[in-house]
Amino acid sequence: MTTATDPYVLNIGPQHPSTHGVFRLRVVMDGERIQDVEMIVGYLHRSMEKLAEERTFTQNIPFTDRADYLAGMSNNLGYVLACELLSGVEVPERAQYLRVIFAELQRIASHAMANGQLVSDAGAWQTPLLYMWREREKILDLFEMTCGARLTTNYMRIGGVAFDPPPEFYPAVNQLLEELPDRIEEYYRLLIDNEIFLARTTGVGAITAEDAINGSLTGPMLRASGVPWDLRKAEPYCVYDRMEFDIPVGRHGDAHDRFTVRMEEVKQSVRIIRQALDEMPSGAHKTEIPLALRPEPGEAYARVEGPRGELGFYVVSDGGPAPYRFHVRAPSLINLSLLREMAIGASLPDAVVALGSIDIVVGEIDR
Amino acid sequence: MRLRLPFDTQIDAPSRFPTGIRQVIARPPIPGLKLAFIVLNVIGLGLNVAIGFVVASGALDDEWYDFRDLGLAVGQLREGLDDRFDPAVSYVVTMLIGGVGILSLIGVILILLPWVERRLLARFQVRRGPNRVGPFGLLQPLADAFKLMQKETVVPRGADRFIYFLPPVLVFIPLMLVWGVVPWAPNMTYVDTNVGVLYLIAVGSLSTLAIFLAGWSSNNHYALLGAMRTVAMMISYEIPLSISLLAVVLLARSMQLSEIVAWQADHHAWFAFLMPFGLFTFFFSSTAELNRTPNDIAEAESEIVAGFHTEYSGMKAGLYLAVELGHAVATGAFVSTLFLGGWSMFGLEQWVPPYVILGVKIGLIYFVLVWLRSTLPRFRLDQLMAFAWKFLIPLSIIYVLVVAVEASIFARWDVPGLIPLAAYAVFNTALAWVLVRRWSGLMGYHPGSEPLRPVMATGVGGLRAARQLRGEA
Repeated sequence: MTTATDPYVLNIGPQHPSTHGVFRLRVVMDGERIQDVEMIVGYLHRSMEKLAEERTFTQNIPFTDRADYLAGMSNNLGYVLACELLSGVEVPERAQYLRVIFAELQRIASHAMANGQLVSDAGAWQTPLLYMWREREKILDLFEMTCGARLTTNYMRIGGVAFDPPPEFYPAVNQLLEELPDRIEEYYRLLIDNEIFLARTTGVGAITAEDAINGSLTGPMLRASGVPWDLRKAEPYCVYDRMEFDIPVGRHGDAHDRFTVRMEEVKQSVRIIRQALDEMPSGAHKTEIPLALRPEPGEAYARVEGPRGELGFYVVSDGGPAPYRFHVRAPSLINLSLLREMAIGASLPDAVVALGSIDIVVGEIDR
Repeated sequence: MRLRLPFDTQIDAPSRFPTGIRQVIARPPIPGLKLAFIVLNVIGLGLNVAIGFVVASGALDDEWYDFRDLGLAVGQLREGLDDRFDPAVSYVVTMLIGGVGILSLIGVILILLPWVERRLLARFQVRRGPNRVGPFGLLQPLADAFKLMQKETVVPRGADRFIYFLPPVLVFIPLMLVWGVVPWAPNMTYVDTNVGVLYLIAVGSLSTLAIFLAGWSSNNHYALLGAMRTVAMMISYEIPLSISLLAVVLLARSMQLSEIVAWQADHHAWFAFLMPFGLFTFFFSSTAELNRTPNDIAEAESEIVAGFHTEYSGMKAGLYLAVELGHAVATGAFVSTLFLGGWSMFGLEQWVPPYVILGVKIGLIYFVLVWLRSTLPRFRLDQLMAFAWKFLIPLSIIYVLVVAVEASIFARWDVPGLIPLAAYAVFNTALAWVLVRRWSGLMGYHPGSEPLRPVMATGVGGLRAARQLRGEA
């Protein structure tokens, strides 16, 4: 007698604890093995790119922090850089430093969320997540102190930043920078050598350097695969060319490497913020620009190293007050495209960990 | 503006908050409350001293009012009934007393422990935990239960309705049965059967059947996956669990749980010291059968949502959670009984009621379970199976052979066995250490052989830089 098994279809999402939002995976499974994965996106589509064509350049800034709601500052920054490239608005030096400080704080907050979520997906019942949120909370408090919002910050402006940080910002950020390296070592002690965590993440969702480049991966995903590529060094914007920092690079490109690369990037961000705070000059934090900015007809593409990878903003102007075309190169969407290669042949728990290690934000995928 | 309210709370609305936010003045303290607390404490202290005096003067030894062993009172009652009535009457009455005792114990556990678990988890997770309903949030489980009872029961389309409604009730039966054989004190066991260990294994795996029914009848892939995982895990881990119990039985020369505890009390040696590997095997296998972290793959939230009870809503889901909690505590009871000396505590049981000692031990084991749950990630199914079949089962078999030799030597020994027992403890611990190290090396486990932290690069580059970092030309 022979027994045969039939493959069956499992719908993971749109409501599922580990899809990080409304994102759906249509998985063909044979027992616990995954045979095929179809990624279905679009449940959070808000038509931002089309809506942006109806609003002025300045009015579009809040859209960007609602796209990637875990990295609002970085998205603001990318968009205003594109607009400045297009219109030729000068940015005061102090604003450049403030932009670096807030973009790096945002990177720390986003990586804390990503790593906590990854460990949570591996089955640690929320404890690492909540520990990492402790630091994230402090950073969000700093944001609230400065611009009144925690996630949807709307802080960067064309020609500078919206507000100068209040005096109580500086002691708070210094205390945070004091604490962070110790906290990171604490997480390392808690997790990096944990046998179960190692068993669950080493070799899971591994991508070689060649495949990563061919799949146009960016950010921690690319660096975990062994490619030392970071836009902050390769194509410095703001004042990153004056900062000293290293690029953490992984060895195998698996989920564990992505975890450790993010951890080390937090350390490097602390280094960058320290330097920026030391060197920051006084002066104006914003250039005044006309209410309805009308750039010359033309196009501009600005890219920043967001927490999830290369975050590019493409803006076209036809001389009017609103962009003629607005497009976002969302790193989550492009990083996600390799999930199929990672998941086929793996078991369901491995696919969940691989998905967690990509660190997707559905708001950014669907926009 | 001053508002008059029906209760004695005054609400004062200062003018700087035009709407909404109002300052609430705290209720004045109740007079005499502090004095009442002090008086109650003094009375309690006096009571404790009096009990200590009575116990020390030996006035309680084996009398029916000896509260250190409630079994004596029941025995006295039984004798009195036997004098006057048919033996069946005393049988029924004592069975009812014990049954009510066990049921109320389960009830107290299920009302209290969700709160304990959530508070402990919260403390592990730098949170505060439930603290709103009742004093310290103690009534939170009751509130949750009422909420769950009011909820609509949704039956999925295509579910096998009869089988779907059965399992939430069925899972409760083994939970109640399994508590029956726990020895709480020398004379305080509900059913002191002479095949207690066998009964434990048999009843302990019954709930798996109910879980499989639930997963099968829900007509849901997640539920089916969860149910299949549960069954696979039960089949794998029942073997090391039984083998570890076999070692205990060999040394204690009895399958009766009260005898096993008595052996440990008599020899002043817990089986945890004599066979630490057996304790590990039993505890780990129990967490696998309990669906507790790190082995909670049957209801792995991040993978298969809630496993076998994905499709259950309202109090039906609540029952599953309650049963899981009850089983966790029962595991605590059996780990303490079989390996940690049960009600005995090196002579302390003369002074403190033995059931209190057992309760404290159960609490400690339960604390360890919550600790594990809040700390460890989850294994994968194949890793868990491999751990059972490649690691636990071979090592347990070697271990039980060693214990069999030791037990046969011990049986021939005439002198009181403290010295051979100490030798066994040292030998078995060393053996466990060597076995675990050698076997894991044999299975290809070499910790620290790979660097775990990333390389730091100073410059940027593409594929060529990546190859250079990897050490290729």
